[in-house]
Amino acid sequence: MTTVEAPRGGPLPADAEPGFFQRYGAAIIFLAPTLVLLGVWIVYPTIRTVIRSFYGRDGSEFVGLDNYETLFTDDTLTTAIRNNFLWLLIVPAFVTAIGLVFAVLLERIRFSVAFKVVVFMPMAISLFAAGVIWRLMYEQDPSRGTINAGIAVVKDAVSPSGALSSAQPSTEALEEQPNGSLVLQKPLVPGDVAQLGLTGIRSSDVPGDAVQAVVPEALSGGITGVVWRDFKPGGGTPGQVEQEELGLPGITVELRSENGGRVADTRTESDGTFAFEDVEAGSYRAAIGASTFSAPYAGVSWLGQSLITPAIMLAYIWVWAGFSMVVIAAGLAAIPRDLLEAARTDGATEWQVFRRVTVPLLAPVLTVVFVTMLIYVLKVFDIVISVAPGSVQDDANVIALAMWRTSFGGVNDFGLGSAIAVFLFLLVIPILVLNIRRFRREA
Amino acid sequence: MSTAAAPVEARVEARAEPHDPLSARLVRLLAKTPVYLLLAFIGLLWLVPTLGLFFTSLLEPSAINTTGWWEVFSSPSIATLDNYREILDNEAITGALWTTLWIALGATFLPIAVAALAAYAFAWLEFPGRDWLFVVVVALLVVPIQMALIPIFSLYNQLGLFDTIPGLVLFHTAFGLPFAIFLLRNFFIGIPRDLLEAARIDGASEFRIFFRVIIPLGLPAIASLAIFQFLWVWNDLLVALTFARDTQPITVAIFSQMRQFSSNIELIAPAAFISLAIPLVVFFAFQRYFVQGLLAGSVK
Repeated sequence: MTTVEAPRGGPLPADAEPGFFQRYGAAIIFLAPTLVLLGVWIVYPTIRTVIRSFYGRDGSEFVGLDNYETLFTDDTLTTAIRNNFLWLLIVPAFVTAIGLVFAVLLERIRFSVAFKVVVFMPMAISLFAAGVIWRLMYEQDPSRGTINAGIAVVKDAVSPSGALSSAQPSTEALEEQPNGSLVLQKPLVPGDVAQLGLTGIRSSDVPGDAVQAVVPEALSGGITGVVWRDFKPGGGTPGQVEQEELGLPGITVELRSENGGRVADTRTESDGTFAFEDVEAGSYRAAIGASTFSAPYAGVSWLGQSLITPAIMLAYIWVWAGFSMVVIAAGLAAIPRDLLEAARTDGATEWQVFRRVTVPLLAPVLTVVFVTMLIYVLKVFDIVISVAPGSVQDDANVIALAMWRTSFGGVNDFGLGSAIAVFLFLLVIPILVLNIRRFRREA
Repeated sequence: MSTAAAPVEARVEARAEPHDPLSARLVRLLAKTPVYLLLAFIGLLWLVPTLGLFFTSLLEPSAINTTGWWEVFSSPSIATLDNYREILDNEAITGALWTTLWIALGATFLPIAVAALAAYAFAWLEFPGRDWLFVVVVALLVVPIQMALIPIFSLYNQLGLFDTIPGLVLFHTAFGLPFAIFLLRNFFIGIPRDLLEAARIDGASEFRIFFRVIIPLGLPAIASLAIFQFLWVWNDLLVALTFARDTQPITVAIFSQMRQFSSNIELIAPAAFISLAIPLVVFFAFQRYFVQGLLAGSVK
């Protein structure tokens, strides 16, 4: 290496020995393919895109900074820029924090390899495939979308959905209260028989043990009644219990005092009848509580306008947490054990050790993860275009997606597309300069 | 990686000290049960989305639009391989898989071959402006793919490279070069100088040295790089979406079905699973190289 010092600058003498090609021929041949490829596919297009961004849609007319003005005034594009900044603010921090937590937890156990593999796995698959996966996860219908199904399970455990979510009163004798419960208008006294007719009930919602509805006998000193499906195919008289009309079993009927307070409740039999025995003299109302009519859980609209960006971010964090975990775990393994032990011997709590020793020592690694994520998040594209249905892509828009949709997605405005690309380029540069300076410091 | 590995081993040894009584170890294990449970729960959470896609792809077409994948467990009869059979009979999908494979293999081999040559020159050949040129090449890492899409789209239309496998391979090759050169040059420069000097004194040409000394010694780095590049190209959507219309790789073929997502799930789910199974196989087979490459340079 030190034997031949290459002359720097200035033309080489023609008769130099060995000749120019003998001396540098190998280098030229070794480098030629790289220079051609980089020149044609990266350097030339970059210059061309910058120039193109000052021309109009078809490229014939010089428009100065008009494309850049559009970039910052058009609603779709400003949404994209705003969303992308949200991504920058939220995602790198989350990915780094989650990776740190996982790495620290892994430190404490054996058999951590299985966990590492599972969490790291999404890194190997494409962001596009991850998008397909999460599109399925986010389906709104709780019988198909995994996340809404999970929420439905929790919700049903806390407040089960009503047995008769679609039921309506069959006559005006029953009145719907603002809170959704149904109250019989006519006051009742002991010895009365209440008839609570409901309609609008799907056959599938009628309990399987339901039988022909019956009007019960009056009970002295008590109030009896029937809740039934006041509907029969081919007509019938509303408000009357008729043949082929089924009782509604298992419905909770409340007996309320005149001022609305609940006195007692009971459940209906399979023929729809119910009875309150030993009721004190007075005036009462019969009612069916609102919970009977509460609608089943319809699912959160994850892929709707308002939640789409957080939903995609979550999918993206799922992909990248493994990267963050593996890099941080490697950094953690390199921390001298004695430092942590010394801190513990000095009486520091685990939290203090983490906060005052581990994190500061990990700072360079955390920075690598954070900065790497900044660069990737700035260019996020695949997962947005695959999770967001076409109808909400305007709401989920990010800079890289806006660039592609403007240039190739139907609008085909190469001038504006170029301006968006240049904007993206300008945003990436400072982050990478930071990264390169760090590299050089470490080298 | 090598710096990280040593303390790990040291720690493992320290943990397994022989005079550590079994009871003490048991107590410690019990104390850590909450951590194990927590990690098991998180691991399950991380696994569910991928499993969901897999089980969805097994649902028979009549069930796929109304049934959640978890019902496979309560009624296994709704699971079937019919969707996969259907997919493998679908020439658009199988054709796309082959196209993806050719693009990924071409765009793995070519950039590594080109980058290895350049990296050797940057590491071991003397020529004016060498270090300066190296910095310029690595600096091209900054350029986002978006900067090249529009001019290359026009160029490909003129050259007839639009919608061809070579067009996609060349594009991926160029954008893979800066990182590949950076990684390989840093690896090659660590090869002992004596080995090269000895070969030169024996009168070996630079090409001979390159093929007989550099490439065999550089294989670990080349393997890491090859895995990364293969996965990168296999998983690409942006470039293929821009430069391919009929010569579609699998990502684009699936993407074109996503406009009617709900009605096409029986096609999308198995196709997506096949498209991600291949990277997963590569990942599991070469995990070590993968993680090494990741730690060597995480910027692309």
